[in-house]
Amino acid sequence: MPVGQILCVDPMDVVGPVARRRIVARALSVALAASPFAVAFGAIASASGLTLAETIGFSTFVFTGSAQFAAVAILADGGAIGAAVSTGLLLNLRSLAFGILLVPDLRGPVWWRALVSQLVIDESTAIATVENDTASRRWGFLVGGVAVFVLWNLSTIVGAVLVPTGGDTIQRYGLDATIPAAFLGLLWPRLADSTQRRVAFAGAAIAIAVTPFTPPGIAIVIAIVAVLAGRRR
Amino acid sequence: MSDATVVLVSLGLGTYALKAAGPLLLGGKVLPRWITRLAELAPAALLAALVATSTFALGDRLTVDARLLGLVAAAVALKLKAPFVLVVVIAAAATAIARSLA
Repeated sequence: MPVGQILCVDPMDVVGPVARRRIVARALSVALAASPFAVAFGAIASASGLTLAETIGFSTFVFTGSAQFAAVAILADGGAIGAAVSTGLLLNLRSLAFGILLVPDLRGPVWWRALVSQLVIDESTAIATVENDTASRRWGFLVGGVAVFVLWNLSTIVGAVLVPTGGDTIQRYGLDATIPAAFLGLLWPRLADSTQRRVAFAGAAIAIAVTPFTPPGIAIVIAIVAVLAGRRR
Repeated sequence: MSDATVVLVSLGLGTYALKAAGPLLLGGKVLPRWITRLAELAPAALLAALVATSTFALGDRLTVDARLLGLVAAAVALKLKAPFVLVVVIAAAATAIARSLA
């Protein structure tokens, strides 16, 4: 059996050139759109005192934007390890849903599924699920996932290395304001929906209300109860 | 090991478990309704909480400072459909300018 067939890695032969070009173009534009966010992450992480290895480690091993930002923001604020990890995991619950959505498209040997699971992110899921046939979806997932992974990590390094740190850099250049701005940017598309908006306002209100009485980061975990504001009425 | 490394390893493993659970374990089984609903709504609650605390909190204290101006500038930029990187840069610039004038 040819290697490509065993690994199910290379569905080139079934994805036509038009679909291939379309998918690659989408993957590159999505990866490029995501990379400024990684530059910002690299800058904020290194300004928050993470080493270069730790900063890149987040982008390689965690590899989900909002959870990376949340964990580093909570740590920078002196938050507990448990608060940083649990907030990140709650934000990443959607990865579970994406992984399940992609099950039919990720068939292959166990090691292959184990490897490509790391590429299950918002972008690769989006690129894959808009395609109509399995081969195109597989290709979309792989090309999208790899493109974002490579650019995401390179951009993280650019942010960590090029943005100056130390002293009063954070205050002087307003770098601390980039964190709420980044989170608002992630939240923004969700605010178009009235249920999501209700949950968001409840979440913000709860976090503010409990902040004076809880250790840093815990307020964010408690804000999860705001999902009750999204119950169907 | 630094706190950041501990968080990185735990969050990395936990996130991987979430990503891989479907492809490795479930053969296309359907998730209970409440989990999908939670996954739909949880990001809005958590992201809004993060916006609020990273704007108003200093440790366990609440405060209003130049970060709020940055957030307002970011909201205006988003409203005008500015690209992500510009939103972040505008927020930093607004905050930096406000501080230099103060």
